[in-house]
Amino acid sequence: MSHPREWIEVRKEGVYCRAGDFYIDPMHPVEVAVVTHGHADHARSGHGHVFATPKTLAIMRSRYGDDHFNGAEHPMPYGQALEINGVKVSLHPAGHILGSAQAKLDYDGASIVFSGDYKRRFDPTCEPFEPVPCDVFVTEATFALPVFRHPPLEDEIARLLVSLEQFPDRCHLIGVYALGKCQRLMVALRQAGYAETIYLHGAMVRLCELYEQLGVALGPWDVVTPENAKTLAGRVVLCPPSALKDRWSRKLPEVLTAAASGWMRIRARAKQKGVELPLVISDHADWDELLETLKDVGAPEVWVTHGRDDALVYAAHEMGLKAQALHLLGYEDDSE
Amino acid sequence: MKAFSRLLERLYYEHSTLGKERLLLDYFRETPDPDRGYAVAIIGDSLSLPNFKRGMVLELIRARTDPNLWAMSHDYVGELSETVAHLWPGVPSEEDLPSLSDVVDALRHTPKAQLPDYVAGLLDRMTSPERWALLKIGTGSLRIGVSARLLKQVLARYGNQPVETVETLWHGVDPPYEPLFAWLEGRAEAPVVIEKLTFTPVMLAHALEEKDYGLITPDRYAAEWKYDGIRVQVVHSGIGRALFTRTGDDISGSFPDVLEHLNFHAVLDGELLVQRGDEVGSFNDLQQRLGRKSPSAKHMADYPAGIIAYDVLMLEGEDVRPQTYTERRTLLANALDHYQPAGIRLSPELPYTAFSELEDLRGSVDNASVIEGLMLKRRDSAYVAGRPTGPWYKWKINPKLVDAVLMYAQRGSGKRSSFYSDFTFGLWSGNQLLPIGKAYFGFTDAELKELDKWVRHNTLQAFGPVREVRKELVFEVAFDAVQRSSRHKSGYALRFPRINRIRWDKPAQEADQLPVLETLLPPGL
Repeated sequence: MSHPREWIEVRKEGVYCRAGDFYIDPMHPVEVAVVTHGHADHARSGHGHVFATPKTLAIMRSRYGDDHFNGAEHPMPYGQALEINGVKVSLHPAGHILGSAQAKLDYDGASIVFSGDYKRRFDPTCEPFEPVPCDVFVTEATFALPVFRHPPLEDEIARLLVSLEQFPDRCHLIGVYALGKCQRLMVALRQAGYAETIYLHGAMVRLCELYEQLGVALGPWDVVTPENAKTLAGRVVLCPPSALKDRWSRKLPEVLTAAASGWMRIRARAKQKGVELPLVISDHADWDELLETLKDVGAPEVWVTHGRDDALVYAAHEMGLKAQALHLLGYEDDSE
Repeated sequence: MKAFSRLLERLYYEHSTLGKERLLLDYFRETPDPDRGYAVAIIGDSLSLPNFKRGMVLELIRARTDPNLWAMSHDYVGELSETVAHLWPGVPSEEDLPSLSDVVDALRHTPKAQLPDYVAGLLDRMTSPERWALLKIGTGSLRIGVSARLLKQVLARYGNQPVETVETLWHGVDPPYEPLFAWLEGRAEAPVVIEKLTFTPVMLAHALEEKDYGLITPDRYAAEWKYDGIRVQVVHSGIGRALFTRTGDDISGSFPDVLEHLNFHAVLDGELLVQRGDEVGSFNDLQQRLGRKSPSAKHMADYPAGIIAYDVLMLEGEDVRPQTYTERRTLLANALDHYQPAGIRLSPELPYTAFSELEDLRGSVDNASVIEGLMLKRRDSAYVAGRPTGPWYKWKINPKLVDAVLMYAQRGSGKRSSFYSDFTFGLWSGNQLLPIGKAYFGFTDAELKELDKWVRHNTLQAFGPVREVRKELVFEVAFDAVQRSSRHKSGYALRFPRINRIRWDKPAQEADQLPVLETLLPPGL
């Protein structure tokens, strides 16, 4: 048996499996890539062979076109293992966004799980996280401080609905990630009984259509146009965070700026972005979920990637686990 | 209490003054006495809760959290109240909280020994925003962007009364201000007050830009030095004396010697500096005085404080602000000549016949420990509160620049909390880097994020909240002056250092050598 540290290394392209000659979520084009989920900092175009869940591949095609790869796509349904150059690889639900997966690698009697980005909360738009037993568990640490405890989704949606009632004259413009957060927020609003048309920035349209094709019902929605923009007082409009302060948003009436992100918990961060209604809604595990996951997975050794690694490494040591930080340059650990 | 917490939350995130005004007006309308009065006192920072100390809050949270996780969290969030609010264990209860006045009453009157239990009992039942509100009530400094001035304006608007009347009454009423609200709502006569010493809002200058150079002619603008001290307002009237900072903080207690100097009834605008006879001390000298709340006689003798006066607002009971600069200056010069106050001198006018002479004057300034540039004041201008465009310009000397290497980083507080934004940098001395200073601004928000990320990925080791980083990133550092300093290992201290540019492109080996500072020292030192 050989310990994963002997056949896994961090290169400038990303995490590299030397035994199988492939990368996991590489940041530059490589010959063989295993991709955990469709967010742009994990799924890039131009690889030779891409191994990912069918839904992640669909997302990549939608974002980068049908020719996002040079060799071939290798769809991997959850739980079905295959071999890449002698290393057994399988994908398991991560609960982060539609199609998101953890990658489990088995080689020479040892196993390692790369959890990618994940959360444990209920999310109607994707399959729930599944703890996978392994020797080494690689976890993210985006919100790895005990100050990050995300409130229940329903409470945040309720605050949004109260604000819509209180300020019927103001257009509620919410900055959200176009992939995952946008659709989760739409479905959560529907579940809370909000039946009005939801208006979308053009950048959200393709991915919303894709989610609907893949079976996630989003309710009535429409695109913001120069013609309807003026009529959106008291309505919900979703846009990418970067468009909140854009020229684009100036045509909307009496904008009330909101944002849905785990960072909204920290006052200064919300304020820095000029957010008036911070909604603490995250697609990453909070502190309690991270610790719970280390327990559930039960791996004796933990590697901690992007985020606030020092606190999670410390907490893992306190739990009696072996733990170390793994510095992965390039992942956008500050965005959500 | 819940209503007040919601108000604070909304005020915190509301950035327009009009919006804040609307939120406050609604709250005054919907909230009964005495809750609203206590809210005014809390927001206006006029409620004193001597037993509620930071230390008590720290003790409470330390008893409930892992010390290392607490330290990392506090370091990240950058603010005590918010960190405790997020970190406090427990699930908020469904039942209602006591009213704001009940809470204030308990915080004031609970015996000191029982106060921690009372506060913990409340925190246990609260949500994170409610905890934040309670801790902010206790420890003060809300930072919700509502100044005392704005609060008075809103109260005036609430009662449809002139703000001047509210300001006059303000100093004679106490929380929870029931007579004030009764008057504002037309239910009673205005409360009777006794006159107090008050601060008059000061006039500020714009930076002179190249496009403004043409405006500056000797017949229209007078020139004075811009001093590198502390802008103060010194007040002497029939009821006493006071010394205020330019933001209205009363610092009389720290400078009893300065108060003594003003031997006639007036409100003067000037610069506070250490003055030994004719010699003016450096900013370092002044700093020796700034920290002391009640300085000893010896300390005052070692660092005697005085004022260089440049304007007069009130003279012997008369408001002279509407008069022109030229007229006010004559009044000021005559008064100083007549009363001969020790330790107060007139800021001299710098004669010139052409703009080019001012450029030469500015270029000649080198001992920047006392002078940091020129002030240009329009001769026909009245003294107006705020920063009007045109009457006053400041023209600071060009900063000096060095390329230094980032050595240590620490997370900031306030607006920049949770990011690595306090940077210590150094210059080469042979193969070794020696720190020369610290800066926490000069970069954009986008650059801040890049820097934060760079620090987290290039940390060599951590000493508590301080991270030592790889010696690979070069900053172009701007500063106003350099002085010798025995307190720094490098032997130099920079005045007002800030990051001018981040030199992502420059190899650290090509940063400046320490001896370069020697050439930038003021002459004769």
